[in-house]
Formats: sequence, structure tokens, C-alpha cells
Amino acid sequence: MSGQPGSDPVTCDVVVVGGGPAGVAGALTAARRGLRVVLLDSGARLGGQYFRHPAVAVRPGTAGFDRFVRQARALDRQARVLLRHQVWAVSRDDDLVVHCLAPGGGAVTVRCRGLLIATGAHDRALPFPGWDLPGVLTAGGAQALLKGDGVVAGRRIVVAGTGPFLLPVGAGLAGAGARVLGVFEAGGGLGLARHPLPALARAGEAAGYALALARHRVPYRTRRAVVAAHGERELEAVTVARLDRDWNVLATRRIACDTLAVGYGFVPQIDLGVQLGCDTRADVDGSPVLAVDGAQRTSVEGVWAAGEPTGVGGWRLAELEGRIAGLAIAAHAAPDAPAAGRVTEALIRRRGRLRAFGRALQEAYPVRPGWRGWLRDDTLVCRCEEVPLGRIREALRLGATDARSVKLLARPGMGWCQGRVCGYAVARLAGEPPGPPRRPVVQPVSLGTLAEPPHPLSWKDLP
Amino acid sequence: MSDAFQITVDGRPVPVTRGQTIGAALHAAGVRSWRTTRLGGRPRGLFCGIGICFDCLVSVNGRPPERACLLDARPGDEVTTS
Repeated sequence: MSGQPGSDPVTCDVVVVGGGPAGVAGALTAARRGLRVVLLDSGARLGGQYFRHPAVAVRPGTAGFDRFVRQARALDRQARVLLRHQVWAVSRDDDLVVHCLAPGGGAVTVRCRGLLIATGAHDRALPFPGWDLPGVLTAGGAQALLKGDGVVAGRRIVVAGTGPFLLPVGAGLAGAGARVLGVFEAGGGLGLARHPLPALARAGEAAGYALALARHRVPYRTRRAVVAAHGERELEAVTVARLDRDWNVLATRRIACDTLAVGYGFVPQIDLGVQLGCDTRADVDGSPVLAVDGAQRTSVEGVWAAGEPTGVGGWRLAELEGRIAGLAIAAHAAPDAPAAGRVTEALIRRRGRLRAFGRALQEAYPVRPGWRGWLRDDTLVCRCEEVPLGRIREALRLGATDARSVKLLARPGMGWCQGRVCGYAVARLAGEPPGPPRRPVVQPVSLGTLAEPPHPLSWKDLP
Repeated sequence: MSDAFQITVDGRPVPVTRGQTIGAALHAAGVRSWRTTRLGGRPRGLFCGIGICFDCLVSVNGRPPERACLLDARPGDEVTTS
């Protein structure tokens, strides 16, 4: 630890970016071993997406929630938790320097020796005609409204996409009083049969959601997808298609509804790791994730990663990876400390089992190529720059052979969201798997903010 | 701060429960779009709900556009739509 007590900039031992299960477990584990830890999160409360909860005390039924709250409270006493702080870049001089925006927009920098990237994931969206109509939400967005704000996304809701996440979303909305007209799973629903053991291990959880859907008389149909949304100024109806195994449309029907919650798996947020030059690898579905070793260490000295940025696997795996990273960071900071508290074989074995389960789920719910046939020439692919499929096809005809040249010619991914929403679709339309994101600035930062000298976090800012 | 208060959207009152985001309060009140796109003039409101997509940009108390889904509503906030 360098710097003197007072207002001199401090170099803390670890900065953790992300306050979900991985970040909180990692921060707490490191803090308990005597490290000075700062955790940064853009949200108003700890929890990330899975443990999102309202400000007014309501105990959600989320599995593992009580345990998470205990960890979060303990963390508040043992580390500095900075909420509503948006990290927009990480650079390196002698230390790692984390650049963020405080609430109100002021620039703050935090210097550290170690960085734990626990930035989670967001929904993967696929485009289809009408998907930008108000009333069409991502599945995670509908879930966030319910969990964080106590707002039921609509009255007559269709849930669609692929993956096991559709079950809790449908069950949660139905349980909160919405009329859920159907949960439409584009996949075949047989995938997990090839992985009977991990499937059994989680059968209880899935069966619980299936029961909840049945209790509310919500139909769950496989090989079905929403292939178009209709409405003038807002969503009024969707077209649900029966699909073949590659997701080509076989037959359609229309369902009147005011809300659609749709999601096709998750995109890990790895921007900060890519900024620092961390190696990436292709996850089961071809998406880039940060490559880590057995101690959750990335290829860059002083940088660890845990949870979805190292591969989509759910909150249990995220929490365990966070703990392992916290132990590894503590061991790295004090290599002569007693062996107690080191990463144990038991933890490694448990992580292996959870990773196998995560891989099995991803293999069971792949995105099949037929979705491209749902689009028309005038269907927006990039919502920000309003780039329709026709312009992307034109770029391909002009000789663009990869997503990067499509982007340069037709501008998809060049707007506010920087390709977070359309990146997967644009890459696949260009005929390649999605590449690592190149975003030198992860959050929008005003020029005025950049012109001001940032406030460096100092001793007096720390607990 | 009371657990229930109001904000206004273009002068119209919208109820809020403490801790709700501006995006959530608007959506719950049936205000599902509060912005139109630059080129096509298409209506936009919440989409990702977690700060990724920037569809829900909104101006609060005259400040530059911010993501409504990340912004906690405060008593008396004045939201203007474009």
C-alpha cells in the first residue's frame, strides 16, 4: 500500500469492477484476507442482474439471495463500495488506473495493484421485423423491471427466445399477475438429455419454474419463436412461428399482446479485459470470453476475471469463481502467508462441475442460423444508427467480407450502444463468429468531463 | 424520503415508488416511449432495461440525455420527452 493517510492518491490492493455474485464474493474474500479493496458498480444497489432487488425492503424468492445479502453487508464493513460509478476505461502506468464517472458525472480515478473484472453479461438480442417497437423488451429487461422496480412489464405478455432463463422470466411475470400468453423456446428442448447428470443436479430448480408456469396455465412450446412484432406506435401483436431444427419458419400465427420479453442467451461483458490486452477465447457458442488460468488470472499481470466474462455459467459458478479469484489475489499479494485460505482442490473440483453444467446448457440451447430468414430488407439490424438489413446486404455485395468492413461501410454498431445490441447479428450476417469488442471508452464520457482533472481516490475516501 | 412520490413527464404527474428508476416509473405509468430516433422518427422507450442499449435516453431537469433505466427517480424530477 502506497501513499500517506490524507488526500494523497492511494494505490489500493484490488479494484473489483461489478457488484454481482462474482464481484461481491471476490471483493469480500480478498478484504477478509487483509487487502484494501474498492468495489465499483454502475447500479444503485449491489446484486448485479441475478440478485437485483428493490430499494424498499422486499425479500425476493431468488435462490441464494439471503446468502448474497449477508456477503454484501459484510463487504460494506470491510471494503469501500462505490455504487452508481460507471467505469469507462482501465489504463496502466506503474499501477492499474481505473477511470470512472461518479454520480453527477464527475471523473474519479482509482489506482490499484490488482483488478478483478466481474462485469457480468447482458441479453443477446436477435433482430426481427418490429423488434424496435416500444413494448418489446429483452427478457433480462423485463426481469430487471420486476426484480429491481417491482414493475410488471405489461398485462398480456409473450416470452420468447432460447435458453433456460425464459422459464424464471415467464414464471415471475405470471406470478406477479401478468397474463403470460406463452413461453416460446426456439430450441428443441431435448438438448440436456445428452447431459443427464448435470441436468439432474438442477432438475429441482427447472421443475419449480415449470410447475409455476403450469399453475398459471402458461403454455411452454419448443421449436417456436416470435419472428415479427406488429403495432403502430407500440406493440400490439406478435407473429409466432413453428420452426424446423435450424429455425426456418414452417408455419405462423398471430397473438395479440402488449409486451414481448425476448432473449437468446447472454453476451459476456469483456470490454475492460480487451482494453488491457487480455487474451480471449471462443466460448461454446463462439462468443469471445476472457481466457483465465486455474486461479482466474488473465494473461495480463495483475488482472483477474470471474463470472460470465470468463464464460456464461450462472450465478453459482460466478460466485465460486469470484471466491477463487479473491483467494488467488490475496495469495499473490502475500505469497508468504500461511497456506490456509489458498485455492483448494475441493474448490477447483466444484468449479469444474459447475463449468461442465454451464457448457452443457450452452450446448443445449444454441442459436441456429434460420433466424436470418426472419428479417426483411427493411428490418433494422442496428437500432442506434437505424441500419436495415438491406444496407448490410449492400455492404456485403460491395465486397465487405467481415463484420469490421460491414461496419465501416454501413455503420451498424457505430451508435450509442457501440454494437452491444447488434454485434452478434452483424457478425453472423457477415459470416463470422462475433469478435472481441474494441471499445476504448466503455461508457459515454463528455468532453467537459475529460477536460476536468479527475479526482483521484485518496486515503480519506477509504474505510 | 417518503416511499411514494411524484415526478412529472412533460408536465404530467407520474407516481413513483422510492428506488424505482425513471424508466421503470414511466413504463409502469403506461408511458412506453419518450424519444424518437434521428432518422426514422421511430418511438423508443425501454428495451434492455440494464443500461446497455441506450434506447431509453431521457432528459431530466434540463440535463443532457441519460439512460432512464439507470437513473433513480427523485421527488420533483421533471422529465421532458422529445
